[in-house]
Amino acid sequence: MVDSSKISGEIPKIPPWKQDHGTAEFPGEVYNTPGGGILLSKLDNVINWARSNSLWPLVFGTSCCAIEMMSTASAKYDWSRFGFEVARATPRQADVIIIAGTIVNKMAPVLKRLYDQMGDPKYVIAMGACATSGGPFFYNTYSVVKGADHIIPVDVYIAGCPPRPEALLHAMITLQEKIRKGLTREQIRMPKPEQGFK
Amino acid sequence: MNNEQIKIAIADLLPSAIIEESSEWLTIHIESVDWLPLAEKLRNTAELYFDYLFCLTCVDWKSHLTMVYHLTSTFHRHTLVVKSKLDRDDARIETVTMIWRTAEFHEREVYELFGVNFLHHPDLRLLILPDGWEGKYPLRKDFEDPVNIIKL
Repeated sequence: MVDSSKISGEIPKIPPWKQDHGTAEFPGEVYNTPGGGILLSKLDNVINWARSNSLWPLVFGTSCCAIEMMSTASAKYDWSRFGFEVARATPRQADVIIIAGTIVNKMAPVLKRLYDQMGDPKYVIAMGACATSGGPFFYNTYSVVKGADHIIPVDVYIAGCPPRPEALLHAMITLQEKIRKGLTREQIRMPKPEQGFK
Repeated sequence: MNNEQIKIAIADLLPSAIIEESSEWLTIHIESVDWLPLAEKLRNTAELYFDYLFCLTCVDWKSHLTMVYHLTSTFHRHTLVVKSKLDRDDARIETVTMIWRTAEFHEREVYELFGVNFLHHPDLRLLILPDGWEGKYPLRKDFEDPVNIIKL
């Protein structure tokens, strides 16, 4: 027999900065002390948390997925609720590129160049079947790149042709979770302090 | 003009034209050599006055190519489709750029995708495809590109 009195009561709380930070909550804890408080957290987690809540997408749409992306940005779906409000028309000011549409051979160097022009850290969402794999243009085409990941690294893929705005929002939230956990390609590639900077 | 009147006018202009009326618009089939003189008459005859070429394209039937011209008159509100069979190995037809200016652009597109040679075209070069695509015509049925084309 399990003594129920022993398992009742409060579950030991893991301090927020030690938790798996998939959530949007602030990754830290305030300890009240006389005359103020002490905030305990990990700098990496705070930075990732801050970055994940303000991702500026690049205005980049090559076909019908862009219409869904515009819809996601507009009043009905309103991606600014998640910190994506400022779509930038220049890669220099953008954090995330949403590849909304088919990438053809002629567009590939342009996409690569835009990606290279974005400042670090940068993230990529491949939206829809074309950006993921070439989609409906996979067979018998003379012009379509079979997936944008042939050109630039992709963090989040969305299925659909085109995906609904809800799917794009889900992808964006997934990207935010990835950033908070430090699992995007950009973050994995970055040298860790313990490895020593070069 | 209604279709019956256009038929009579066409029979007058070009007796060899084959008239077909099974589709939405009145269609005529002509020899490619007759195209330029006919086009001039279609544009300049007051009763016909086809002043707007709203579609210019080509079809590959494997055995031959067919040029398709959709003409309409913004004044008379009538429409005519002109089709002309071309030899697949030596596809050539006179340009109609001088009659309908929009043809310059569309003929370049047909040139790069189907390899139709438009005689006396003022600027016959690739439109969208990158340099070095001459000689490969991606919208022909037998087009094969080992790099990009994956077949089942």
